[in-house]
This record gives sequence, C-alpha cells and structure tokens, in this order.
Amino acid sequence: AVFSDYNYTLWNFIPKNLFEQFRRIANFYFLLIFLVQLIIDTPTSPVTSGLPLFFVITVTAIKQGYEDWLRHKADCSINECPVDMVQQGTVVRTQSSKLRVGDVVMVREDETFPCDLLLLSSSHDDGTCYVTTTSLDGESSHKTYYAVPDTMDFKTEQKVDSLHATIESVAIYTGMDTKMALNYQSKSQKRSAVEKSMNAFLIVYLCILISKAVINTVLKYAWQWSVDRDEPWYNHRTEIDRERHVIRAFTDFLAFMVLFNYIIPVSMYVTVEMQKFLGSYFIAWDKDMYDEELGVGAQVNTSDLNEELGQVEYVFTDKTGTLTENNMEFIECCVDGHVYIPHCVPVCTSVDQCGPVWTSVCLCSCVSQEHEDLFFRALCLCHTVQVKEEETVDSIKRGIHLGKPTSFYISSSPDEVALVEENVQCIMSGTKGVVSSCVCSRFELLHVLNFDSVRRRMSVIVKSSSGEYLLFCKGADTSIFPRVVSGKVEQVRARVEQNAVEGLRTLCVAYRSLSPVEYEETCHQLDDAKLALQDREQRLAQAYDLIERDFTLLGATAVEDRLQEKAADTIESLQKAGMKVWVLTGDKMETAAATCYASKLFRRSTQILELTKKRTEEQSLHDVLFDLSRTVLRQRTLSGSGSGNYREIFLEISRNCSAVLCCRMAPLQKAQIVKLIKASKEHPITLAIGDGANDVSMILEAHVGIGIMGKEGRQAARNSDYAIPKFKHLKKMLLVHGHLYYVRIAELVQYFFYKNVCFIFPQFLYQFFCGFSQQPLYDTAYLTLYNISFTSLPILLYSLIEKHISIETLKRDPTLYRDVAKNSLLRWPVFLYWTCLGLFNACIFFFGAYFLFDNTTFTSNGQMFGNWTFGTLVFTVLVFTVTLKLALDTHHWTWINHFVIWGSLLFYVIFSLLWGGIIWPFLNYQRMYYVFMQMLSSGPAWLGIILLITISLLPDVVKKVLCRTLWPTATERAQVGRTLFRLFIVACGLLSHFSSMAMRGCWILA
Amino acid sequence: MMASNYNAKEEDGHQPAAIGHGGAGTVKNKKPDNTAFKQQRLPAWQPILTAGTVLPAFFVIGLIFIPIGIGLFVTSNNIQELEIDYTGVDMSSPCYNCSQSYSWNSTKPCLCSVPFFLDQPFESNVFMYYGLSNFYQNHRRYVKSRDDSQLNGDKASLTSPSKECEPYRTSDNKPIAPCGAIANSLFNDTLELYYIDPNGSRTAIPLVKKGIAWWTDKHVKFRNPGGNDNNLTVVFQGTSKPVNWRKSVYELDPSDPDNNGFINEDFIVWMRTAALPTFRKLYRIIHKKTNMTPTLPLGQYILEVTYNYPVRSFEGRKRMILSTISWMGGKNPFLGIAYITVGSVCFFLGIVLLIIHHKYGNRNHSADIPS
Repeated sequence: AVFSDYNYTLWNFIPKNLFEQFRRIANFYFLLIFLVQLIIDTPTSPVTSGLPLFFVITVTAIKQGYEDWLRHKADCSINECPVDMVQQGTVVRTQSSKLRVGDVVMVREDETFPCDLLLLSSSHDDGTCYVTTTSLDGESSHKTYYAVPDTMDFKTEQKVDSLHATIESVAIYTGMDTKMALNYQSKSQKRSAVEKSMNAFLIVYLCILISKAVINTVLKYAWQWSVDRDEPWYNHRTEIDRERHVIRAFTDFLAFMVLFNYIIPVSMYVTVEMQKFLGSYFIAWDKDMYDEELGVGAQVNTSDLNEELGQVEYVFTDKTGTLTENNMEFIECCVDGHVYIPHCVPVCTSVDQCGPVWTSVCLCSCVSQEHEDLFFRALCLCHTVQVKEEETVDSIKRGIHLGKPTSFYISSSPDEVALVEENVQCIMSGTKGVVSSCVCSRFELLHVLNFDSVRRRMSVIVKSSSGEYLLFCKGADTSIFPRVVSGKVEQVRARVEQNAVEGLRTLCVAYRSLSPVEYEETCHQLDDAKLALQDREQRLAQAYDLIERDFTLLGATAVEDRLQEKAADTIESLQKAGMKVWVLTGDKMETAAATCYASKLFRRSTQILELTKKRTEEQSLHDVLFDLSRTVLRQRTLSGSGSGNYREIFLEISRNCSAVLCCRMAPLQKAQIVKLIKASKEHPITLAIGDGANDVSMILEAHVGIGIMGKEGRQAARNSDYAIPKFKHLKKMLLVHGHLYYVRIAELVQYFFYKNVCFIFPQFLYQFFCGFSQQPLYDTAYLTLYNISFTSLPILLYSLIEKHISIETLKRDPTLYRDVAKNSLLRWPVFLYWTCLGLFNACIFFFGAYFLFDNTTFTSNGQMFGNWTFGTLVFTVLVFTVTLKLALDTHHWTWINHFVIWGSLLFYVIFSLLWGGIIWPFLNYQRMYYVFMQMLSSGPAWLGIILLITISLLPDVVKKVLCRTLWPTATERAQVGRTLFRLFIVACGLLSHFSSMAMRGCWILA
Repeated sequence: MMASNYNAKEEDGHQPAAIGHGGAGTVKNKKPDNTAFKQQRLPAWQPILTAGTVLPAFFVIGLIFIPIGIGLFVTSNNIQELEIDYTGVDMSSPCYNCSQSYSWNSTKPCLCSVPFFLDQPFESNVFMYYGLSNFYQNHRRYVKSRDDSQLNGDKASLTSPSKECEPYRTSDNKPIAPCGAIANSLFNDTLELYYIDPNGSRTAIPLVKKGIAWWTDKHVKFRNPGGNDNNLTVVFQGTSKPVNWRKSVYELDPSDPDNNGFINEDFIVWMRTAALPTFRKLYRIIHKKTNMTPTLPLGQYILEVTYNYPVRSFEGRKRMILSTISWMGGKNPFLGIAYITVGSVCFFLGIVLLIIHHKYGNRNHSADIPS
C-alpha cells in the first residue's frame, strides 16, 4: 500500500543509474570508444576518453540522484500523510501507507482520498457526497456520489456521526494499485527542436567520422602494400602483431575511430545540460516575472525546453483564469431602467439553503419598489448555486470576513456565483444597519428548468409563503426579450447592449406569476415530458417553450470577468512576433468572443468565420477554404472522432486564420486540438498555457506547457514545464528568455561542432603524412583537456549570459522574434557554414604549420623541432582561434566573459608551460618536455601563430560584416540602431558638458 | 442538481505530491534578488562588427602585415643554403657503389667523397644538417618505441625496458640500451667537410658537435644511468647494444665524457622524432672564426661520407645541407609570402568594405535612427 514514484533506492542507485545513462546512445558510444581503447592498441590512451566520460556520467548521476532524492521526500510526505481509519468502532489515526484493502476509512471535508474507496455513508442524510476528480481526469466539476444503500445508516451504529465524518468508505485499492497511481503518467520526455537538430548533426558527424576512418583504413592498406613501406628496416612489427594480420584491418579501423572520435564531442552533452540547468535559474530569478501579490516568481519545472520558448509558433491559451482573472465581479444591475451599482443597492437579501430543495430569502424591509424586490428575489432564487456549509448566516459572515467567499459557493456558472455573492454582500451591508428590521419570507422551490445552450436561459418555479406561484427566468438577452410582454424593455435593452459592448457578461431577469390552475397545467406538462420515454429532450424543450412565455421584464445584470493585466498587450506582442494565438475555452461562445475582443485577439475589423454547426458538411467546408479573406474562426465542437478528411480541412482552414477561438472544449478536446496542430505538415512548435486542471492535458500535450500559478490551485503549474504568475509574463518568457536562450543554445551547438572539426580535422590530415599510422598530432593531455578545460568555459558562460541584443529592445520590438523562428540558426545551411568554416580553419592550422616546418628550421640557433612541437603549434593556433572566434561572436562583454575568455587562454599557456616544464615522474613518456617553451622561444613561431589565427578568423569576419551591411536582419538593424543611439548620447555628453558628471551619466545610459 | 460543467477552477488540485492539504500552496518563492547578475543586467561592453568598425582594423592589419612580410621575405632570401644529395642513386654519383654494396654486417666502412663548389661565400655561422626523405620518423609504431625513463638514467628501466620498445627491447635475452626503434635506427653516417685550396691541398673544416641538441634535452631529459661521471662501460654492463648499432652506447664518443652514452648530442638529436617524413636534423656547426674571413669562402669543397646508413630499401634520400641562420631560422620564404599576401588581402578587403560601407551602410543607418 505504499505509493512510490522514485526510480532509485540507495542500493540500486549506482548500477541502475549507470544502466539508464548508458542507454543514452551518446553515452553508450563513448563507453564503446573507451572499451575499445582499453582492449586494442590504440593511438591515444584510454584516459583521453575515459576522463571526460567519467566527468559526464558523474555530473549527470549527481543531478539525477538529487532529483530522485526530492521525489523520495515527496513520496514520504504522501505515504506518511495521516488517515483516519475506523477499527472496532473507534477512529484510529494512522499513516496512509499502512492502509490495507478492506479498511474502513473516514475522510473529512476537503481532504484527499488516500486510496480508491467505496462510499459507505456520508454525513448527509441522503448518503451523498460531492467529489472532484481533477487529479484523475482533469474534470474539476463536483460530482455527486451515493453511498451504497445497505450501508447508508451505518454512521449511527459505528458512532462516527459525532465526529462529523463527511464520508466514510472502504478502501478498495491501495498504494500502487490505486486508480490514481495507475493513471499517473510520468511526464513524457519532451524534446526540443534544438535537441532534434543536434541529434541530426550528430548523425552527420558520425557519418563523417566513420567515413574518415574507412578512408584512412583503405588508404593505409593501399599505402603499405609494399613491405618496405609497411615494415622498413628501421620499424619492424613485433612477432605477435605480425601474426594477427587478419584482425589487423579491423583493429586499424577501430584505432582510426578512436583517433577521430573527438569529433563527436562528449562534453557537448554535459555543457548543453549544464547550460539548460543553470540557465533556467535566470528565468526563476527574473524579478520582472515576480508577482508581488502572490509572492511567487516564475518557476521552472523542466530545464530542457528553455530554447523551445524561442521557437513557439502556436500559442494555445485557456481563457478563464488565464486571459481573465477568473474573478467575476458584479458590476451593475438595471431594474426597470434604473441602474444600480454595488454598494448603493438598497436591498438586503440573504440566502439560506438547506439542501438543494429549500430556498428561503430574507429580505430587508428597506426595499420599497415591488419590481426591485422581485428582481433580487429572482436573482436569489433562480440559480443552481450550492452553499457548501450547513450553518447559514454565520458561515457566510465568516467567509466574508476571511475574504474568500468563493469557496462557499459552487455552481456551473461563475456568473451566478458573482451574482449571489453580490446579494450576500448586500445583506452584509444591510445587516450592519438595520438587522432587526429583517423580514423573512420563505419560498418553496418547486421546479427547476435547467439551463441549456439552445434556450440560453433557465427558470425556477417557486411558491412563496403567501401561496403565490412565481416563475423566475434568467437568461441571455436574445432569449428573454422575445418572450417579454411587459416591463421597461427599451431602457433595459439599451443598457444591456451598452454593457455587452463593454465586454461585460449580461443576463436578463424576468418573471411571470402563475395562477394555481396554470401551475397545475405546467406541472402536468413538465412531468409528462420528463417521463417521456422517447424524444424526451425534444418534449422537454417544447414544454419549456410553452411555460417560459409572457414574461414581465425585471431587469438585467452585468458581470465582468476582468482581463488580466496587460493581457491585450501580451497577445498583441505575441501576434507581432509571428505567433498564432488560439483561445481554447470551455466557455460559451459569446463570453469567449467578448474576451477575445477585449484582449485584442479579435478586432472590430476582423472578419469572423464561424464553424458552429455540429455536423458541418464537408462541401461547405470546402467552400470556406476558397474564401480565406475571413480571418477568424470559432469552433464550437470539434469532432475529434470524425474522419481524417474532416480534420485536415479543419486544420487547413484554421491555419489560415490569424486567430482562432474554440469554444465548449472539454479538456481532452483541447489536447486533441494541440495534437492536431502538432501533427500537421510543418510540425510547428506549440505552446499551451492555462491555469486549471482542465488545461493539464493540453499543457502535457504541447511542446511547451506553461501553467499560470494563479490563486486557482497549482494543478496546471505542477504539470507544466514552466509556471508563471500571470499571463502577461508570457511576453517576457517568450520574447526575451526564449529568444535569448535559443540564440545561446544555437551558438553553443554550432560552436561545439565547429571547434571539434577544427580540433580533429588536422589530425586526419596528419595521417597522410605519417603513413596512416594513427599517430596522434596532439599530446594526450591536449586531447583530453581540449574539450574539458581549454575551450569549455568560454562557450558555457557565453551560452549563459550572452545578450546579443538588449532585453528592452527585445521587449519593445516583438518582430525580432521572427528572426529566430523556425529554428533558423540551426538549419542545414548554417550548419554547413560552420562545418566549412571548421574545415577551412583546420586546413589553415595544419598546412600553415606544415609550410612553417617544411624541411627547415625556425630557430635562431639552428636546432630542429620534432613532431610534438608541430602538434603543439597546431594546437596553440587552434585554441586561440577557436576562443577568439567565440570572442568575435560575443556581443555582450561582461567582466565574466572577459575573465573566462582571456582566462582560458591564459590557462592554456600556463598549463602548457607547466606540462612541459617538469619531468613528470608518473608518466612513462616525457615527449612534451620543454616543447612549448622551445616553440615560444622562436620568433617565427610567434609570427606564424599570429598569421594563422588572422587567416582563420578573416573569412568569418568578412562574412559577418558583408551580411550585416548588405542583408541585415531585423536583429542586426536593431543592434546597430542601439549603438548609434548610444554613440549619439555619448557624443552629446562629451560636447555639451565636459564634466565628470556628464560622463558618468553617459556610461549609465550606455 | 449538482453543477455539471464547472468552469471556475478548484482551490487545490489534488495531486499526490500535494496531499498535505494546501502544503504546496504555502511554499512561496522568495522575491528574486535585484542584483545585476541575476537580472542579466551586468554592465557590458557591446561591440558590434560593422563595416565601420572593422574597416580601420583591416587597414591596420594590412599596414602591419605587409612590412613584416617584406622583412621576413628579404631575410629569408638573404639566407644562404646549399643542399647535396649523396644517396647515390645515379650510376654517376660518387656514392653509388656504397649504396649498392651495403650490408649491416660489413666491418669495413664504405667511404665516398662528394665534391661540390660554393659559388658564394657563407659569411656567418654555418649549420650543417643531414636530411632524410621518405623516412617515417613520425610513424606511430616508431614514435612510441622508446623508453624515456631509461634515457633519463633510470636503473630499473635500464635492465627492464618498457614494453613499448618491442621488438627492439631485448636481444640475446639482454635488455637493449637504448631500447626501441628510434634508437635502433640512429643515423650513423659520418660527414666531413674539406676545403680544397686553389693550390690543391685539402683543409679540414672544423665541425663543432656541441650545441646541436636542445639544452634541456642534453642536461635534463637525457641522463646516463648513475650520473655522467661514472665509468659508462661498467654502468651499461649487462645490457646489449641495439641490433643495428656497430658499437655500444658508451662508445658513441669516447673522446668526450660529456658527449657519451645517452647524452651524446647526435643521439639526442635523432631521438627527437621529426614531424614529417622529409626532414633534416642538425649535424654540426661551423663557427665563424674571425670577422675578416667568411666562414666558408667560395671555392671547391669535398664532402667525405662514411656511408653506413641504408635508405635505398624504402626509396629514401640522404642529403647534406649547409645553411646560414638568421633570427628567423633557416631559409623559408613561406612566412614572408604569407604575410605579404594576408596584408594585401586585408588592405584590399578594407577598400572593398569602404566602398560597400559608403554605398549601403548609410542607407541602413538612416533607416535605423528613427527606430
């Protein structure tokens, strides 16, 4: 009965973690290389690949171990959470992990079920309880569950009644067998587009590697065909080696593989991982994304997708709670053309509800006009709001004083909650004044004519204490007005229309008094319809239609679900950045559309295309396709199960729309829409943002899932990849962080491949001059440390703090986002450019050194240099070129960049001096002894190094300058614009006030 | 009558991790620090490579590189160098016989003399090299076939050399000192130079064998076992000479104890494996005697070769090179030409960029300023 979510225990951590890690193809590859080096006679020592591999594995293991430790802690808190268990008629408190099948459990209100349960009885007389199943299926609605009738009365016998048990139930499944655990899908690994490109590049490099090894092996055997070349007198093989000529070709191939294996950089994985892990801290640290009110900042749940934030093409957003505050506010009501706004309403009502049947309203006597009285009675009576507490007035008061009245009302519509709350607040204001004057009137609720989306209204029939029968109706203006026969229709209509334009949700209220005869008739009709076996819905509708007529209009209400702060601005920016924003909501179309207008997703000028019919004919869809001038599509029902053809058409239409609003979406349908777009031809990158449990499925489905950490619980935030406090933070998240991280990681990936081409290709070329004997060009220390220390930190730090353009510019100009759209920095031409640059540089290094060494000396004492000096020269040029190339790419030189770039170069020099400065006792060779110093003591070596670095960097600089001048991208224009601006300020400052104060001001501005 | 479609969101999502009621909700992030680092607002220098900024750099590079290149080129051209191939491939060549009748076991050295004429006097110190072609000193099997600790005077390695030395590790069950393929194939031709006076008499040119190896190699990296002062014959007892050597390591230069055994400079020079299959190694130095006369006056010379080293089997070549040395080493026009070329290219690119900058640059900038 223990719920476990962790992967490792203390004992199996090392073997299991190692196994998991080596299942990654890259790690496995490096392990193979390492083993090959151990087994066969290879040119480089096993240390060269073993050490980096060990480093990578250790870092990853520590990271995973830490994460698993956190999971252990979380599991402990679940498994040790206290549970009330009924044993022999008494309640025993125990840990949830101790629960066994068959135990009787007592669960109080607002508690979480510890396991799957069978409801025996509840504190309600009728044995019902209300349960939300958000964590199971994402539906947040309250569901009624009935206790098993046989056990309904057990509560008295077992004397748990006195303990106010809400639910008492038998454990059916516990621990890992619970529905929850079975349903619990571990978040599937989301892989970013960058990672996919990276893997594609890796495959290319693997092919290059293998072909290099094959070419060299073939050439080796062609070259050493004659014995005098294979085994000249000065260089015999050992006897053992001579005998193994059969497998020799294969080991030669492997040896070449080992020699060139550094072209696939081991350290790239660890650097990328570190970049993502450390980089995500900057998101969490961002104070612009910190919400004072909630006291939370952005939260990063997975760091794997930082760069994906810069690639988003489709944004799927939830409406309620995401675009809007999900905080309905009663704005005004209009009774008989008189407009009342809150706190001025002279009406006091109170809701007292005992179960769903009885409703009584306490009206204060301060109401004078009859219609107003009726209006507020209607509001109080005509709803489906449930009060959760038993004690009426006290609890409501308490609730209000605690400042969160919403937790006491549950309803199908947030509008109703707002209305009832408003009424409740009226009582409060009333009771403060003249409590004593309250007159209680009791109403008996006779019938409820439920809301449906066709009628768009609901009604209740009540019997007042005086024996009057009244029908109250509340609904959308369009469905009420045609049925009104009296009342101040014109004034109310004008008000309603005005409210609608302001984006408020409006409801009209009307009533009709029924005579006892009429009431009997009505009852009859309703009962007939309800009991009908065939066409029940249709007959009910007919009956409703007959009953709901001849209304007297009472008035209208206006409720506002306020847009979140800067929601409109954010949406506008996202659209400018080239993203398509889709709103997926469970709401009604009208409300959703109003929000869309308010948030500038739809404009007054946009043409709207509605796909609202349930079964739209394919032909008509085809027609729609031809008429693409319409830009906005709303879809009420997605026939997800429809034919594939239908889907494609929907896809095609909606992809051509600038904004799409999908209404009445179930959680799963939201996910289906996301899936549909994801699977379309271009495979666009999708982002889903939502705040509630109903958005979880879509958040999990999209490439990037963002949860809003509103006051509405954390289901979405917990399942998301990133969580932000407010919708407006999405702007900075995508436009700034996404853009920057994409640029950073793109450079990181390209640069890594580049620097390893530069590193390994000279070694490949050297084989042509050493008889294809797999002689390494560089010393073992250089081979090992090149990726680990000489060139690792500059790129890591670059990829953490590079800002090719200022944050302000990125925020100000969303169109810059288009510059990095569609993975533009990791496309094949760019990759080819980097690879060619690497090859070019490698040739420069190698042949430059070759011509310098060509059968001559370059010392002033006539002494000669050997092969290790040759390699060291190439390596020195290599390290400097590769580091300076990064320096040229750096646009944002903080002291950290300076420190790391110049520090790495210095470290290389110091290391080389040290490495060659001592006879190292633990080494069995001293080939590097004084090599570096001897090289530096010669003038031409210096000149040669400077020359080769210059040649290597020249083409890239020229390319950059030409591209910037002739075909500047928007980003580059923005960069230059900024510089000019800065220069301008500095110049002004210098000219006008040549004082230190002005200078300081300039620096601050700069 | 319960609500069936509830849009307002629930207070607490019931996830297993949040069973402690409201526990997760109470965990509040601390407000992020407003430090420049955490807010990514560290003060920074933001250079941008535009035509305007790169232009001066190109001109400066051009202006610096071209003079350097010219200097290097002139220096390289002033260096005098003479190369004589004495392999003896041609029938006409004086060493033809020696190259044909070669045998490792012959006790009688084969001598040949190669006459040559110096049409220009070598003014400064002259460095004498031997050069080998098609000799793969950089072959992997060859490069690693040595034992550095043995060469450093380690007694344990002297008696049991490293396995890397195979198959040149032991002979007749005795460890080879110095072991390995490199040592085994030590270049053992002897070159002597004679000036032929106009009157016909031969004058031996004094060849200095000190200073041809790196100082650090000679004094630190290479050491005789048990120090350099001991009697080497005793020290090397129990070891065998390399298979292809005619004499033991302690007989390399019996005349000079500072140049014998492992610290023999010819040996050290050879042990530094060359980078490329065609290479030269410093053999002797001819010091300038007085300021008045050139080191090697123009005239007739004879190169006396004791022909021991076989290269015909792998189609190798043997050369003797005489060269003067400048501050930038031997004759190598590459560096000078490369500098001139790069300088000119930079200069040319500077001009091209200047044109482009004037034609297009202004257009871009004027469009940018309002933004």
